[in-house]
Amino acid sequence: MSTTSLPGSTVATLTVTTPSDREVQITRVFDAPRPMVFDCWTIPELLKGWLHGPDGWRLAVCEIDLRVGGATRYVWQHRDGQVMGMSGAYREIVRPSRLVATELFDEDWTGGETVGTVVFTEQTGKTLLTQTVLYASQAARDGALGTGMTGGMAESYAQLDAHLASLQAAARGAA
Amino acid sequence: MNQLDATFAALADPTRRAILARLIQGDASVMELAEPFAMSQPSISKHLKVLENAGLISRGRDAQRRPCRLEAKPLAEANDWLERYRKIWEGNFTRLDALLGALKAEKTPGGSEQ
Repeated sequence: MSTTSLPGSTVATLTVTTPSDREVQITRVFDAPRPMVFDCWTIPELLKGWLHGPDGWRLAVCEIDLRVGGATRYVWQHRDGQVMGMSGAYREIVRPSRLVATELFDEDWTGGETVGTVVFTEQTGKTLLTQTVLYASQAARDGALGTGMTGGMAESYAQLDAHLASLQAAARGAA
Repeated sequence: MNQLDATFAALADPTRRAILARLIQGDASVMELAEPFAMSQPSISKHLKVLENAGLISRGRDAQRRPCRLEAKPLAEANDWLERYRKIWEGNFTRLDALLGALKAEKTPGGSEQ
């Protein structure tokens, strides 16, 4: 059996979980103070330096009106010319600890508006980032991740990493 | 139930996960699989049926032994679901790491102090 796609090969500090049927959450620690990480999420010139998405894409347009109710506009462009736009609005802005914003892609592939919450937690000079995306429905979340699954499987998803890690450990033990 | 639902449902049971872990080491008969568990062969066979229906294992044609074999593809597909999301953000965050490093260097005159 090929183990190339199993979680052991991934960066340990990034976790992806599904805390509820409608959410996906990622956490990651950054070696920088909170205000600096916060700014990287809210200043267009900085966002354009990293928020490119999948390979081949880059964040070409980024407009941010950083106040509650203020609009956001992001447009990604693929090297083959394809574009993908997303608009939204801020609901909460608490520098340097918390951001809440709505988001909706032009070609609504997320099954309705999503609400993104980013929490920046101080950790002795480093910053723990927790990003939670709340989808309109479970079907919307599952569809957004590309599979169109149904049924209450959130718990299984959350546990999958552990299952596969144990399978891998077993495989290593046998080697 | 689609393939991915079936995979997750099959993985939700500890005995079935243990069976899959055993099969990573190589094919095994029902009797061999039942050995480490305090379980009758019919109970193990029930679990094998679930795994087989989910496409996670296949059974050999040898009528006597019908060895079980791990099918890697559905497991990999289930894992891909989370992996796809993780990969995109890993890429983003690796770039963000570099940007933060540059910003920190800018703040420190000379940029070489630790």
